[in-house]
Amino acid sequence: MLDAGRTEEKLLEINNIEVIYNHVILVLKGVSLSVPKGGITALLGGNGAGKTTTLKSISNLLKSERGEVTKGSITYRGERIQDLVPSDLVKKGVIQVMEGRHCFEHLTVEENLLTGAYTRGSSRGEIDADLNMVYDYFPRLKERRKSQAGYTSGGEQQMVAIGRALMSRPETILLDEPSMGLAPQLVEQIFNIVKSLNEEEGYTFLLAEQNTNVALRFAHYGYILESGRVVMDGPAKDLRENPDVKEFYLGVSEEGRKSFRDVRSYRRRKRWLS
Amino acid sequence: MPEQLLWGMEVFLNGLMAGVLYALVALGFVLIFKASGIFNFSQGVMALFAALTLVGIMEGQVPFSHLINAVFGTEIHHFGWHVPALAAILLTMVVMVLLAWLVNHFIFRHLVNQEPIILFMATIGLAYFLEGFGDIMWGADIKKLDVGLPQGINGTIDEVTYNLFGYGFFIDNLDLWATFIAILLVIGLVLFAQYSKHGRAMRAVADDHQAALSVGISLNFIWVMVWSLAGFVAIVAGIMWGTKSGVQFSLSLIALKALPVLMLGGFTSIPGAIVGGLIIGVGEKLFEFTFGGMMGGATENWFAYVLALIVLVFRPQGLFGEKIIERV
Repeated sequence: MLDAGRTEEKLLEINNIEVIYNHVILVLKGVSLSVPKGGITALLGGNGAGKTTTLKSISNLLKSERGEVTKGSITYRGERIQDLVPSDLVKKGVIQVMEGRHCFEHLTVEENLLTGAYTRGSSRGEIDADLNMVYDYFPRLKERRKSQAGYTSGGEQQMVAIGRALMSRPETILLDEPSMGLAPQLVEQIFNIVKSLNEEEGYTFLLAEQNTNVALRFAHYGYILESGRVVMDGPAKDLRENPDVKEFYLGVSEEGRKSFRDVRSYRRRKRWLS
Repeated sequence: MPEQLLWGMEVFLNGLMAGVLYALVALGFVLIFKASGIFNFSQGVMALFAALTLVGIMEGQVPFSHLINAVFGTEIHHFGWHVPALAAILLTMVVMVLLAWLVNHFIFRHLVNQEPIILFMATIGLAYFLEGFGDIMWGADIKKLDVGLPQGINGTIDEVTYNLFGYGFFIDNLDLWATFIAILLVIGLVLFAQYSKHGRAMRAVADDHQAALSVGISLNFIWVMVWSLAGFVAIVAGIMWGTKSGVQFSLSLIALKALPVLMLGGFTSIPGAIVGGLIIGVGEKLFEFTFGGMMGGATENWFAYVLALIVLVFRPQGLFGEKIIERV
């Protein structure tokens, strides 16, 4: 499955994009990556590396934040998508689950899920069937379906956010930082659900994650971003074994644990060494 | 029953009816504020503009006739036809949807993610523009609006209360109709917001613009829809106020009375706008009735604002405003 994913059809391809916020702040400086159909691809890196910006430039949520893709191209199934509005992308099957969950606080859990089906012209019956599918994956949400989303726990909100995206019947889900603010046990649970959604329902995932350790255990392929550039990529298994990744992102090295003071960003460290 | 009490009851009922009209204007504010966080200062002018347009269409007035005549030296004022009230109302609705689209297309689409104060100032500009535009388009004279709503004292209520208490209540038919229509409007709006797909999307947009975008809701569509709804509410308010006191430019000032209504009811609650309107309507009439004499009268001018201030001190989100959900 791991390497098979690479040879399959590429759904999403990003070619050397540059993103500028507010016409002045250069955030991505030439990022290229590709997402194979049916795989889980992870975007890794620290704060400000450009993970969220990459996802938002795909889903085109950048525009509402005054960001702009100024160079390069983004294609989905070979079709240029960077001029589409988010609702067109959702119709094409690409949906983003935003960082920090972003539930509709004053809507109930079930209403939140139903908003995910907004772009679909499906009948009530079909939507109900999908609702049940979501409740099967997240039984907790069924218990809380009538509660206001704003009063549910962080883990439940993350489930609402993912379930809401599922309701649009997507093909590719851009999952931004699903582990944020959650207890390790819950993180594990969420990732297990992502994994089963990938394996059983065939959803393609592109996930941005700071928690390199967890992400590399569940993903098939990984890209490591640093200051707006891809500094390394490879199958998750290889990345896990890579000594640099171990040292910079997993916090282990041959000389045992290092003082936090000695940890430098990957790119800069490499330049010193060479 | 003592006469004082009967008078009080009559004042109370009339206050309720007046409150309905306040509530109608407040409702337009709430709709737009909820969905886009814009405090639409121009809501009152929208009601005026709707009423002007309605009269203009019904009377077959030529829009911009003064301008046309001044430029081309012609003398045209009327098409010479009369449009039935219902058809004119429908046409006015079309105009209000068009207005909603224009407002979104030329103003608010470009102000996404701006500070609320900037949006607010844009609506002030819009208010003055619309007022002037309505003036150029339909003329500044006071117009009579009659869409066929019954007016004058309601005979049945007068008779029944006379037989019961020996004192006939004076309740205006128009007020009764206004109440009835307002109730229908509110039920309709609440059902729409609560149970329809677009209503749900509207509430979703109100909660979180970004997340709404991310699930594929088009903000532009929702905003045009909300401004259109506010436009429809403005038509109803315009009809009621216009029938009551003639279509004149002071109509836009009723918007100011909606402010205390909103503070009282909460800026984000549709039922709040209604209850707030009723409380203010009844409150100011009863206050005038009981204490007005002592204070030299005209308490209706300030009572609502004082009440709103008191509410702001003790319950800043208003009686029905959404609680700000904060999880730690």
